[in-house]
Amino acid sequence: MSETQPLLELRGINKSFGVVHVLHDVDLTIYPGQVTALVGDNGAGKSTLVKAIAGIYPIDDGEYRFDGQPVNVHGPKDASGLGIEVVYQDLALCENLDIVENMFLGREMKNGPLLDETTMESKAREVLASLSVRTVKSVRQSVASLSGGQRQTVAIAKSALWNSKVVLLDEPTAALGVAQTRQVLDLVRRLADSGVGVLLISHNLTDVFEVADRITALYLGRVAADVATKDVTSRQVVELITTGRSSDVDGPAATAKV
Amino acid sequence: MTDIITDSEEAGFASDRTQSHTLGEAFQAYVNRVRGGDMGALPAILGLIVLFIVFGLANDRFLSALNMANLITQAGAIIVLAMGLVLVLLLGEIDLSAGFTGGTSAAIMGLAIADKGYPWGVAVLAGVVAGAFIGLLIGLLVSKLGIPSFVVTLAFFLGLQGILLKLIGDGGSVRVDQEVIRGITKNNVPVMWGWIFAVVIIAVFAALSLRSHRIKVAKGLQHQPLAVVIARIAVLAVILLAVTYVLNLNRAPNPGFVIEGIPYVLPLVIALLILLTFVLSRTSYGRHIYAVGGNPEAARRAGINVDRIRISVFVLGSSLAALSGIIAASNLGKVSTSSGGSNTLLYAVGAAVIGGTSLFGGKGKALDAVIGGLVIATIANGLGLLDQASYINFLVTGGVLLLAASVDAITRRRRSATGLG
Repeated sequence: MSETQPLLELRGINKSFGVVHVLHDVDLTIYPGQVTALVGDNGAGKSTLVKAIAGIYPIDDGEYRFDGQPVNVHGPKDASGLGIEVVYQDLALCENLDIVENMFLGREMKNGPLLDETTMESKAREVLASLSVRTVKSVRQSVASLSGGQRQTVAIAKSALWNSKVVLLDEPTAALGVAQTRQVLDLVRRLADSGVGVLLISHNLTDVFEVADRITALYLGRVAADVATKDVTSRQVVELITTGRSSDVDGPAATAKV
Repeated sequence: MTDIITDSEEAGFASDRTQSHTLGEAFQAYVNRVRGGDMGALPAILGLIVLFIVFGLANDRFLSALNMANLITQAGAIIVLAMGLVLVLLLGEIDLSAGFTGGTSAAIMGLAIADKGYPWGVAVLAGVVAGAFIGLLIGLLVSKLGIPSFVVTLAFFLGLQGILLKLIGDGGSVRVDQEVIRGITKNNVPVMWGWIFAVVIIAVFAALSLRSHRIKVAKGLQHQPLAVVIARIAVLAVILLAVTYVLNLNRAPNPGFVIEGIPYVLPLVIALLILLTFVLSRTSYGRHIYAVGGNPEAARRAGINVDRIRISVFVLGSSLAALSGIIAASNLGKVSTSSGGSNTLLYAVGAAVIGGTSLFGGKGKALDAVIGGLVIATIANGLGLLDQASYINFLVTGGVLLLAASVDAITRRRRSATGLG
């Protein structure tokens, strides 16, 4: 599948905070229609990498290519302008607003000076239906009344609303039960199947093996491996996460230069 | 991929019904919402009805047309101040200085007319601009320096008393006898125009409600049954026509005189109510106010300029406080050094909370201020008629406020238990 043109490509990204060198020559590729899992232990640099992609942290050096073109991303606005959406772990939904209001928050559709509620409700309904979201009773129910899984669903659907090309998901299943995790993973798969490039950050290898097409493992700020999911076993990925190398992985860049 | 979403869950989206089919179902849904803790203004409306019955039985003058007109002029200033506080409370902030903002603005308006001889329009504008400026300062201190609004407005509460003293002079007062200003509370809309206003408002409300209902049905969006829409129009019509009828009666205590018509303050309050309701529920600015009140971090990430919303809300709130001060001055005929002091502010906060606005932010409507303000004014008015010592008035008002705050806290807990918004 790697012959398709990558949507987002990072080459040799470095990022330091003062004397702390957090990311060393990191390469990352996200393909359209694929779920790329970003795994790594605490402190491996996953969050920093996501924030660098989202434009929250400026990168020190390295190449940021989007759709094959080199781009400069200096802030969150640049990233969302390219079609990159981030769903953070704490979701950022307003509990006092309903689902439609949350999905369009900050980007309300208007009819002159007035809110265009009818179009917003139709579009929200359309997006939820296209992602086969079935667990939401009504698009006009307030977010406070939703379960954790449903909130995650709304947050992901919100990111799909804007014809986004790349969606970064930060630990979407971290706080969910078994059935809810199932629903969210199905949603992630459907999102990718619709042609979006998805980057899934997760600690849970079961989830990763279930839904990801490729796995990028970070170890102490370096890429330990970038492999197709079908080529590795769970044990090998654990080795990559904990030691940065695995004896029998034969993907490209199988070991990090520690 | 195995799919363990069960059939019943599959049907979950099918139950995204765009309509509660019958009036009965809609009523049942409403009962469920109330039992789940989403009461809105219901306790305040019930309280108002109880108060009217109790005071009506206790004193036969309470329900007279003269007293109803009095009640409305007394409630006017409280309601307008409470509207400003509803906006501030929506953000989860508080404005303790709103009372003295009103007093100071009214003093500036009074002095502009009495000392400088400016026309009333310029004087009112000067008062409102002064209020807006005070709000701007508060908003900047709260949002840019990050001082809690409780502390900032406590400082303004003290400071503005000083400014009011300096403007008016120790123990003095400014007479407000300009005809138009006095007329806000003392003059009445001609009977004919009163009826026309009432009918026009009902007709416009009915037309807009029915139109929006038709569009929602046509596009297959979520909507209420037609019967509920019509019931709502009917309730509005009955209330407006009844109020207009009572206020259009001749209420002069002495035969030979004629006092009739709606006091001008009522159309003023209604205009503000419509304007604020419109801004809060139909514009993205209003939506952003709710968002900042509900979750400022989510609002910030959604690209909303949270500081700008905070500052603008304090400016609006203080401008409404200025208007309220002017209405109070119109009713009293003067501005004194204690204008906007004592319990003015607490009455207004009480009105907002009694009406159903949450002290915790993110929940409230402009209508809350009107209903809550009527409750507060009714208590003061009714107890006054019963010749009760003023200590009773304080005790009862305090008790009602405590009751309202308890309702807010309890429903909030229930809401989080049942998961309603």
